[in-house]
Amino acid sequence: MGYPHPSHAGEHPVLSKHFGDAGARTFDGWVKRGGYEGLKKALGMTRDQVVEEVKASGLRGRGGAGFPTGMKWSFMPKEVVKPHYLVCNADESEPGTFKDREIIRWTPHQLIEGCAIGAHAIGAERIYIYIRGEFTHEHRILLAAVDEAYKGGALGANVFGSGRRIDVVVHRGAGAYICGEETAMMNSIEGKRGNPRIKPPFPAVAGLWACPTTINNVETLAAAGHILRQGGAWYKGLCRGNPKSTGTKLFSVCGHVQRPGNYEVVMGTSMKELIYDMCGGMRPGRTLKAVIPGGSSVPIMTPAEVEDCLLDYEGVVAKGSMLGSGGMIVMDDSTDLVYQVMRLARFYAHESCAQCTQCREGTAWTTRILEKILAGKGRREDLDLLLDLADNMTGKTICVLSDSCAAPVVSAIRKFPAEFDAYISREKQPVMVTA
Amino acid sequence: MTPELVSVTIDGMTVQVPKGTSIIEAAKQAGVLVPHYCYHPSLPSPAVCRMCLVEVEKAPKLMPACVTTVAEGQVVHTDSEQARKARTGVLEFLLINHPLDCPICDQAGECELQDYVFQEGQAATRYGEFAKRYNPVEDFGPDVLYVANRCILCTRCVRFMEDVAGAPVLNVSERGDRAYIGIDQDQLLDHPWAGNVVDLCPVGSLISKDFLHKARAWDLDKTASVCTGCSQGCNVMLDTRDNVVVRVRPRPNLDVNRHFICDHGRMHYRWMNRGDRIEAPLVREGGRHLATDWEPALVRLAQLAARGGNTVILASGSASFESLAQLRALVGKATLTTGVQLLLADDEQPLPGVPGLALRHERAANGTGARLLGYGEDWNAAVKAASGANLVLLLDVTLTDAEAALVSGAGAVVVLGTTLAQALPAAELVLPVTNVAEESGTFINRDQRVQRYRQARTAPGMARPAWWIAAGAAGTDIGTAAEAFAAGAAMVPALAGLTYADLGLNGRLAGPPSRRADGVPA
Repeated sequence: MGYPHPSHAGEHPVLSKHFGDAGARTFDGWVKRGGYEGLKKALGMTRDQVVEEVKASGLRGRGGAGFPTGMKWSFMPKEVVKPHYLVCNADESEPGTFKDREIIRWTPHQLIEGCAIGAHAIGAERIYIYIRGEFTHEHRILLAAVDEAYKGGALGANVFGSGRRIDVVVHRGAGAYICGEETAMMNSIEGKRGNPRIKPPFPAVAGLWACPTTINNVETLAAAGHILRQGGAWYKGLCRGNPKSTGTKLFSVCGHVQRPGNYEVVMGTSMKELIYDMCGGMRPGRTLKAVIPGGSSVPIMTPAEVEDCLLDYEGVVAKGSMLGSGGMIVMDDSTDLVYQVMRLARFYAHESCAQCTQCREGTAWTTRILEKILAGKGRREDLDLLLDLADNMTGKTICVLSDSCAAPVVSAIRKFPAEFDAYISREKQPVMVTA
Repeated sequence: MTPELVSVTIDGMTVQVPKGTSIIEAAKQAGVLVPHYCYHPSLPSPAVCRMCLVEVEKAPKLMPACVTTVAEGQVVHTDSEQARKARTGVLEFLLINHPLDCPICDQAGECELQDYVFQEGQAATRYGEFAKRYNPVEDFGPDVLYVANRCILCTRCVRFMEDVAGAPVLNVSERGDRAYIGIDQDQLLDHPWAGNVVDLCPVGSLISKDFLHKARAWDLDKTASVCTGCSQGCNVMLDTRDNVVVRVRPRPNLDVNRHFICDHGRMHYRWMNRGDRIEAPLVREGGRHLATDWEPALVRLAQLAARGGNTVILASGSASFESLAQLRALVGKATLTTGVQLLLADDEQPLPGVPGLALRHERAANGTGARLLGYGEDWNAAVKAASGANLVLLLDVTLTDAEAALVSGAGAVVVLGTTLAQALPAAELVLPVTNVAEESGTFINRDQRVQRYRQARTAPGMARPAWWIAAGAAGTDIGTAAEAFAAGAAMVPALAGLTYADLGLNGRLAGPPSRRADGVPA
């Protein structure tokens, strides 16, 4: 539901069904609402059966990459020689994304249940939930829920009498965006500087403490409980024509819409319907200028691209962007796109871990050029320079932070050249840029 | 067991390399140096500088050559347009915050940033209008300064201290382009092997205080040598400027010291340049030492040696194998007592990341060579024996006053010395010998590795290698270090079959041929 707004008829609340319902927060409340049935069912199945069920559902990673979850789980070694670990990525730091926070805030047991199912499926006894440091309120809720889950038998040495041991460790981040990258997260949990690691080795081979590890997003794991309870086939049926993108997805819509919030829709719903119908469209007298559909790291979309875009992994790619995390930033005609892109670049420059040269120097340089353009000192060559830097920054680094900085810049220059021209030709008043 | 080989084509050249080899190492086999900064063969690879990106056919994007292992049939292009653009891009990024203060930078001339920018960087900057990042110079420890502005964050120093030295005092502080190399609070870069970070630094960011502004790299002459700091026998390079040794740097030898030397060895060079040298043969006449020519000096030495009776040799443990051998040969059939000055220290300083590498107790380079030649280790007994001997030969040893008094009681004393301080007033003969920087020769290290060192500077005055003096007095026709080695090797069964030329730059193990083949010390 679009908490704090009432649920819209076009929504299909599964994960968000109990948002705003404080009663769902407790162990008993969650059980009363059908919770932990999925876990109990999973515990009665073998590892392979759980993985097959999730494969059948078509569930794909909700953190941004969209990798099939069942397949990811199946990469974990069948024989448990070293300890296996499940890491839940709750470091939701992507600008414009705020869905995981709501899942933890309202339905922490939904996450714990999904985590336990994931742990069972990959043969892990220990789950690390890496929660963003700024989520202080949610951290408290999660800790309380973990305590309750232990008392209620959903975690511990003998989960629901199955003989399986599943433990949860809640680990707080310290404010670095990059720790949301899975290999940086593993370093961070190990107590090291949060630098992304080179792959290979992949986490399923050598992850946390060099042991086989799977990392899943909060929303992905939360969906697992529902899939186990109601069946993979049911989840796969939640689909509007594209069998590659199934289930429901939470979209965090923010920016210039009348009713910003989290909206849970079936994959394949039209973007226009989400923005204009569910979110109430633009403010009176305003028109749409641009949308960043999947958190700040994806290319910007024009109104024409939004027009017939379907909200699923392939649909958004077809329109030149990516579904990403589902953090949708909507901008109307009052927006200064050059300024917005500069703010994004500055974010990445601030958050670069400083390992790779292109990212360390390129993000900062990109920011400076954009600041200069805003200050009315830009030249036409600066746009070519930005595009060339972006080329040097794309596909050449350990992780994709560098690419993420380049994507909005390139798409803004390509799709909204007039915005830049206005500053370069001095038609527009310079903007004082403060750090 | 022979490792499985894979065949890979790099820039058109097909090479066979063991499975698991990185592309960057395979490329070296193909004669191609892939430009790189963070990669170092003796350190773990983080693949962060992104300089070594190469095009691998069928790969979706450029691959870092340092961490990508070769696969059978792989075709690699290190100089394709894509790879070159990526490198040019990295160089440009590295330069935007680099001060380009090459004219006052010690690294200029041996700087990898300078080299690669000259090779394929852009002629002009596109960063012109922005200020460069500025951080002050930091004093990291006894011999290391950190010039943050020149740093390219390759993290070699951090990894050396953490993974090789086992003393993780360096770190990357801050993030983004504000990042710099930090040192832990209240810590100093004072590990006995810390000086290696200066050599590892590909730019002029970590610099040696000892070498600060001493010389320009292109004015240095470089000579392959062996460290005399201890019995480990680390391979070093002596850098000389105008005939003065100004710097000692490690010379790679994977079997001895990999790419490292300790700080003791690094600083163990100033004595090579001492000015108070014996420059001519001195003969004692009427209570005074008078300079003479070599001819009469050698005749006098031959006369003394021919007397026979009790003879004592007191030699430096860092004298060359050739000199020790010829001195023994000179004494011939006389009753001989010998003592070697091994300068034993209490401590040993290992480098944890390299098994078998340490600054050793025995702070002399050729103790093993002396032992193989039958030299005695009981120094005090030899000194005592000297007081009643007919003839005492001193080879580059520095005696305490008490020892000098004992030695002076001998029938005749011959000093083969480097510095005037070694010239005992009582000596019949004082003969000027060359030091390690002024001669060619061999040392045998603690693992019985026979290693050659080369002459790095000209000898002062009439100084000659001690083996030349001894051989001359004995009337043999040994005229070169190679002949002196051959003569010495003939006296030691373990060296049978080894020739001076065979020793090459990395030395050979003594002992039976089977031991030499696998290169593993017993």
